[in-house]
Amino acid sequence: MEMAVFLLFAALALVSSLVVVLHRNPIYAVMSLVVTFVSIAVMFVLLGAPFLAAVQVLVYTGAILVLFLFVIMLLNVSGDSSRGFDLHKALAAVVAAGFALLLLTLFWGRYHGLDLSPLQESDVALKPLARALLDTYLLPFEIVGLLLLAAVTAATVLARRSQDTSS
Amino acid sequence: MTVPVSWYLALAAALFGIGILGVLSRRNAITMFLSIELMLNSVNLTIVAFARSFGDRAGDMTAVLDGNVLVLMVIAVAAAEAAVGLALFIAVYRGRRSIDVNRLNLMRW
Repeated sequence: MEMAVFLLFAALALVSSLVVVLHRNPIYAVMSLVVTFVSIAVMFVLLGAPFLAAVQVLVYTGAILVLFLFVIMLLNVSGDSSRGFDLHKALAAVVAAGFALLLLTLFWGRYHGLDLSPLQESDVALKPLARALLDTYLLPFEIVGLLLLAAVTAATVLARRSQDTSS
Repeated sequence: MTVPVSWYLALAAALFGIGILGVLSRRNAITMFLSIELMLNSVNLTIVAFARSFGDRAGDMTAVLDGNVLVLMVIAVAAAEAAVGLALFIAVYRGRRSIDVNRLNLMRW
């Protein structure tokens, strides 16, 4: 059962991420990336991290990708300027395939045949995670909050019209 | 039966490769940025898989929790990065009327 769910959503993630990369219209690419991210959220659930899956759906597909859609529609971005299959794209495909094969052989060589024991109820409890996040790692947590504040300020300053600053 | 950890790692490696293909082959800055988000996500998947594998072998939950907290931090930083990056695209588009990276060949305008 678990294997069937994994295979279904792994295939979905691979196909939809290929659509992200190959589709010429950026809006279809974003919509397809939503499918990829939801499939990865399913992987998080299978790996015993339901909170991360919820954050993945809420933050990634709910906030970041909607921001992407907003900017694409604001800028009225048209398709790609390069068309067809040329030497540049062939080189890109070779580099990407080589890198993926390198990672695959590394991972497969070292970690193949390493079975995971089935999840216990205590593995997916939220209380230990909350304790780790707000007790053990309180300082990094606060620093990330500060980073988000800095990013919001920077984004506001960057996206502002420059005429406003000169007056 | 449970899924072996190498399968998750293989999926993450394939997604990372597809992300590299997108960054290298596309000329539209937003599509390149989408591919970078895809690569970030595949790395998150790797971290969660490794954390679960190590926690499973060591028999304690601390490794799993460390991995989950790390992934939460990565997601927050990715959100910050997306906000700043998209604001940069808006600023560039205002000056050049395009975010095609082939046409962005000036240091100033």
